[in-house]
Amino acid sequence: MATVRVQKADFDPGAEAEALASGRTDVGAVVSFVGYCRDEGGGIAALELEHYPGMAEDEIARAAGEAEARWPLLGATIIHRYGRIVPGERIVFVAVAAEHRGAAFAAAEMLMDYLKTRAPFWKRAIRSDGVVEGWIESKRQDDLSAARWSAAD
Amino acid sequence: MKALYFAWVRERVGKAEEELDPPAAVATVGDLIAWLSERGEGYARAFDKPGVVRAALDRVHARSDASITGVKEVAFFPPMTGG
Repeated sequence: MATVRVQKADFDPGAEAEALASGRTDVGAVVSFVGYCRDEGGGIAALELEHYPGMAEDEIARAAGEAEARWPLLGATIIHRYGRIVPGERIVFVAVAAEHRGAAFAAAEMLMDYLKTRAPFWKRAIRSDGVVEGWIESKRQDDLSAARWSAAD
Repeated sequence: MKALYFAWVRERVGKAEEELDPPAAVATVGDLIAWLSERGEGYARAFDKPGVVRAALDRVHARSDASITGVKEVAFFPPMTGG
């Protein structure tokens, strides 16, 4: 059963990843991913992340359930922040534990692809000159990345 | 039913949520979008590009042909950009 948290506060990726293996003897691999806010060459002062409370947690849990049905996982933790996030800060965390690394790598990648296209979050950029830019548009590449998990085997 | 709007859909509609009581002929998500689009300029702008705005019924993604019968909460929002 995956741990899913949608929160304003930052998180400790090292502690979160370690917690998946701590006190266990069956875990052979933990793969973790951290997504950061970047400044796009100095042009972005902050991101504002809006989300759909309730559905965001549900949709991430559904994605985790699909990953658990597909690979023999021993645990997963997914954290997604919302609110104002400045360049250099963490936005999202995915960690997956399994007996072997193949399942852990694949499940972590699938979860990130699903998060980007199915979890109800929306970003907008605040420029360094203080201007609020429009909402960031979704990327076709993200849709393609997510689609390969349903198209493949 | 309760309607929720997010991101630029919320900004165009001009509110984050409201109660909707559509007539019985409004049976699907697509019908609801067409019905809402008639309610004013903000709604019309929010839904002006067919197929762009996404919908969820009771917090589950839904296509435009999905039935809204018995649904308690409908949400409209742009394509997602999380992660």
